[in-house]
Amino acid sequence: MAGYILKRLLSAIPVLIGISVIVFLIMAMIPGDPATAILGSYATPENVAALNEDLGLDEPLVTRYFIWLSNMVQGDFGRSFALNRPVLDEVLERFGATLVLAGTAFVLCSVFGIAAGVISAANQYGFGDKAITFVVLLGISIPSFFLGMMMILIFAVNLRWFPVSGMWPIFGDRTIWVLLDHLAMPAIALAVVATGVVARLSRSAMLEVLRQDFIRTARAKGVRENSVIWRHALRAAMVSIIPVLGIQAGFVLSGAVYIEMVFQWPGVGRMLVDAILRRDILLVQGGVVFIAACYVLFNIAVDVAQSLLDPRIKT
Amino acid sequence: MSFLNLSRRAALALTAAAAVALGGLSPATAQTPPGVLVVGQIAEPQALDPHAVTAVNDFRILMNVYDGLVRYASGTLEVEPALATDWTISDDGTVYTFTLREGVSFHDGSPFNAEAVVFNFERMLNEDHPFHDTGPFPLSFFFSSVDSVEATGDMEVTFTLSEPYAPFLSNLAYPTGLIVSPAAVEQYGADFGRNPSGTGAFRFEEWRSNEAVVVVANPDYWDGAPALEAVVFRPITDANTRTAEMLAGGIDVMVEVPPVALGEFEGDAFTIHEQAGPHVWFLILNALEGPFADVRVRQAANYAVNREAIVNDVLEGTAEVAAGPTPPAFAWAYNDELEPYPYDPDRARELLAEAGMENPEITFYVTEGGSGMLDPIAMGTAIQADLEAVGFDVTIETYEWNTFLGRVNPGLEGEADMAEMAWMTNDPDTLPYLALRTAAWPDQGGFNSGYYSNPEVDALLEEARTATDQDRRAELYREMQVIVQEDAPWVFVANWVQNAVTNDRVEGFGLEPSFFLLLHDVAKN
Repeated sequence: MAGYILKRLLSAIPVLIGISVIVFLIMAMIPGDPATAILGSYATPENVAALNEDLGLDEPLVTRYFIWLSNMVQGDFGRSFALNRPVLDEVLERFGATLVLAGTAFVLCSVFGIAAGVISAANQYGFGDKAITFVVLLGISIPSFFLGMMMILIFAVNLRWFPVSGMWPIFGDRTIWVLLDHLAMPAIALAVVATGVVARLSRSAMLEVLRQDFIRTARAKGVRENSVIWRHALRAAMVSIIPVLGIQAGFVLSGAVYIEMVFQWPGVGRMLVDAILRRDILLVQGGVVFIAACYVLFNIAVDVAQSLLDPRIKT
Repeated sequence: MSFLNLSRRAALALTAAAAVALGGLSPATAQTPPGVLVVGQIAEPQALDPHAVTAVNDFRILMNVYDGLVRYASGTLEVEPALATDWTISDDGTVYTFTLREGVSFHDGSPFNAEAVVFNFERMLNEDHPFHDTGPFPLSFFFSSVDSVEATGDMEVTFTLSEPYAPFLSNLAYPTGLIVSPAAVEQYGADFGRNPSGTGAFRFEEWRSNEAVVVVANPDYWDGAPALEAVVFRPITDANTRTAEMLAGGIDVMVEVPPVALGEFEGDAFTIHEQAGPHVWFLILNALEGPFADVRVRQAANYAVNREAIVNDVLEGTAEVAAGPTPPAFAWAYNDELEPYPYDPDRARELLAEAGMENPEITFYVTEGGSGMLDPIAMGTAIQADLEAVGFDVTIETYEWNTFLGRVNPGLEGEADMAEMAWMTNDPDTLPYLALRTAAWPDQGGFNSGYYSNPEVDALLEEARTATDQDRRAELYREMQVIVQEDAPWVFVANWVQNAVTNDRVEGFGLEPSFFLLLHDVAKN
């Protein structure tokens, strides 16, 4: 097992190098540069050249890439032009906020998605199945940013149940309760679509398993239906549900970008959007590489979990 | 089936848990406390170092934390004493001597004196200064005419300019001229921008990244302690969310209200504030080649565009019709006798016929949005329709702001016939000097992307920049405006009326023509 994990970790290195090359090239190729973004109306060629020199952007492309890469390997992601602070400080702080949001949404979509899928499958073509399928389709069809805006309008502006935006209140203590208060709407808005996808795939995975012989055997020997569904069938279905959860984790992370914009959540997605608009090259590159690394690690973890669940998957 | 019972039970339990967890937690959206003003900003500030930033959004905070040697008198764009109590200008316009205010301290306790002023300008302008590397200082060229700055007394500073430069005083009133604490720069180095210290009405307290910048009242402020106890600046980048926060009571002041959201704030609970500023939105016309090389076609475009409809319908009254290249906010330099081109499609058609071009084909660069650009896509579409109504054949090309600047600033030659543009400036010199002179064509480092050239205008602008007498400068600018309007190098479209909304707990709030946000006299119940 340890050998398998090590092998997977080593295979992640070329992936990350590839990603660093791609994001570096994209940032180098898109029109506009940090100096133009900073200077705005005052971006004369002369002022731009002077500022580029100050920012170290007058070096050749290849030199810049290797300086960046070798610094990054040593843990130095550079300084953000626009925020005037170390990239890594900003990314870690913002990534923490995204993890809280995406993590909550991920738990919500896993728990409710699997539960809905199992209940649907156990009542195939029954009322519960039809009701759940209807709600699930609705959830999948609503764009999350629109849902977020509607939730703000109804639950924050009109009913005043929840704060409109932000992660923490401006005044008062920072307790877990006020965090949940701020987290509720964005996490739900983010989880809705993913919940629908998980529910649909869990349903078909369960239906597949429920048709198999060992389920009939379990029922025949008098195992209680609850136990058949939740213990025997779900456990077997999890092998095909877990990879879906892995994909949904990535989906929730990328979907967080819109939700963070709408709810002003101080997360890494909003940071990247701002950074791209400001042509804050190092922040974009550092942020993307960091997120990619986390995503790659998460996928390795999913594969490992799957092989633990199903010994037939070779390590 | 027993299973259904369980699922119902489970569903109930889950629903109850969710309701407890989400709904009954705390009385959401508590009112903001009295004496503490919460301002909804359009973005996270980049830094609170006035010499290092360029965004109006950051200036809104900076102007309350720092002072300059001079400032704009309330409601105008004319300078008055601030940290300098008075000054003299040599007859040739190159030596400025300032007498500094006694008894002022920076928020960190260090004294304000001539040495501090010299430190500020040396840091920006002198590459050998030990703290020059705490930059970059993108707008330091505002002071590029400064040859030397010396402490000629404990409380006297003398600036020597390489040539007479009339906008020098108003540049000192701009945020780039604000005075920072040398002791704080020495202590924090490149991190000064997150640990700012000035002499202003409010003292920096805390910067919670992406949440808030908090400043508290400076009780020892030389111009009297402010009425507020503290101000919280919250970055809320999404305009819809900002509007929702304002409606829900999460912020007390909202700046840059989108035109479509203004209707939400009619009624007694809110006050809408408006103030025209030194902004002009125009279309650059390519006078070098193509149809607009003919002055009659340029004038035809000016007659064809229905500016009234654009400012009233597209911009919902958040702008006024522009008559010429200089915004009326520069009251002292503005030519009141200038009438905007009237909306006259028939006259436009006549001019096109005279020029022998009934259906000129033009390429029109439009941007998606950008500093001061208002609602560029909707405005661009309206302009396209107006021009096509008189016979133009207009093709729009739309670009993201940075890409757009990268295409427009190097000049329109071989690329396009017309481009949107907007400028906000602090002196009537800046825009025409950088964008209308022959010596400001893009290949010479200027912003004259449409290649307008008129030796008379060049001479007027050169003289206005070096004249030290304000009345003489005003005369020159007024003359320039008449000529430029007639030559029509641009289609003069709109002057932005900046807006803000305050709730009914805020008193004494007003916007300034400088577009700065000054909170010294504001109170909140």
